[in-house]
Amino acid sequence: MTTGALEALQVVVLLLVGGAATLVVAVPGRVRPVLALSFYGLLLAVLFLVVQAPDVTLSELVVGAVALPLILLLTIAKVRDPAPAPGAAAPGPPDQAPPDQAPPGAGQPGAGQPGQPPGAGGDGGQG
Amino acid sequence: MTPGQRRWLFLVGVAGLVAFLGWGIAGLPAFGSYPGPYGPAITARVVQQTNATGVVSAINFEYRGFDTVGEEFILVAAVAGMSVVLRRLRGERADAARDDPSDLDPSATDPSGGRRRVPVTSGAVRMAALALTGPTVLAGWWLATHAQTSPSGGFQGGVLLATAFFLVYLSGEFIAFRRLSPVDVVDAAEAIGAGGFAAVGVAALPLGLPYLDNYLPLGSPGSPGAVTSSGTIAVISLLVGVAVAAAFIQLIGEFLEQTLLIQRRPPARGH
Repeated sequence: MTTGALEALQVVVLLLVGGAATLVVAVPGRVRPVLALSFYGLLLAVLFLVVQAPDVTLSELVVGAVALPLILLLTIAKVRDPAPAPGAAAPGPPDQAPPDQAPPGAGQPGAGQPGQPPGAGGDGGQG
Repeated sequence: MTPGQRRWLFLVGVAGLVAFLGWGIAGLPAFGSYPGPYGPAITARVVQQTNATGVVSAINFEYRGFDTVGEEFILVAAVAGMSVVLRRLRGERADAARDDPSDLDPSATDPSGGRRRVPVTSGAVRMAALALTGPTVLAGWWLATHAQTSPSGGFQGGVLLATAFFLVYLSGEFIAFRRLSPVDVVDAAEAIGAGGFAAVGVAALPLGLPYLDNYLPLGSPGSPGAVTSSGTIAVISLLVGVAVAAAFIQLIGEFLEQTLLIQRRPPARGH
């Protein structure tokens, strides 16, 4: 590949990385930014490849595109789904609503305890 | 402070940031130029000195091996700290998650009595994960053992090896993953990998050489790039691969356990 073509490729990928980074902070919800982050990691790996750093490409692929989004997704799954009190099953499954559709603020951990029916709140915090 | 004042403060700050950033960027060397003396010096000598054609690995595990030992132990310390933070606390209980039957049949009742429910993994995901497990192990092993010949290394290979274990989780259950990677074995592998790296370095001292000096045979000098031809570089890369694989299995396993098994409330006593 000629130097000019390589530099053009580098500029294109750099612009794509900038676009993907903007996407990460611009998309709403909690799960979709993580998916955007994974896509951004993938593009960053491509950028490292076109600036001729294949070692860093491999590291970025496994860490930026896979491991970090995975940890974030697991954390989101942990905090959005507090287990309801045993024996006090809510009438409807509380975690059926897609979390991304919730209005901002409604899904904050601790803000609403969606799994807890009003009558079962007596033992919360004293156990 | 009124919003108007705050906006002015912000604008002044941004103007300053843009000015200094622009000044700094204007003074940078041209894109791709490298003014330092070390890069050309090392690239001119590295193959001749180490017989390794994976130049980045030779630098990581030989010329600046001492830094890499430190990075290795940073990873180990970080994973140990994470294990402490994510341990099961008083007031939490470990409980097996159940597959969510309403995923397959909306009319099914929930037999778990309010336990955490996990959506059933689709057959396509299970099949893909199963099909990818073998190639992932192969790729991880290849990367970890070929740092000396090609762009790769123990870190990248180790993370890929760990990924293979999570593919097992995706194609089966958490229990299958745990059975395949018992905590004791993972801990031991992490200790052997990280401690082995340090020990390879210390072993140079009785030979009268500096710490982490390359004391193993380098193979025939005329034919660089063979797997066995770089002395300690290959050994260290493999040890790093073992340590990193164990660290990532530990790390993501802890997160999986928190998400799938550990629940916030203790069992209610009154019911």
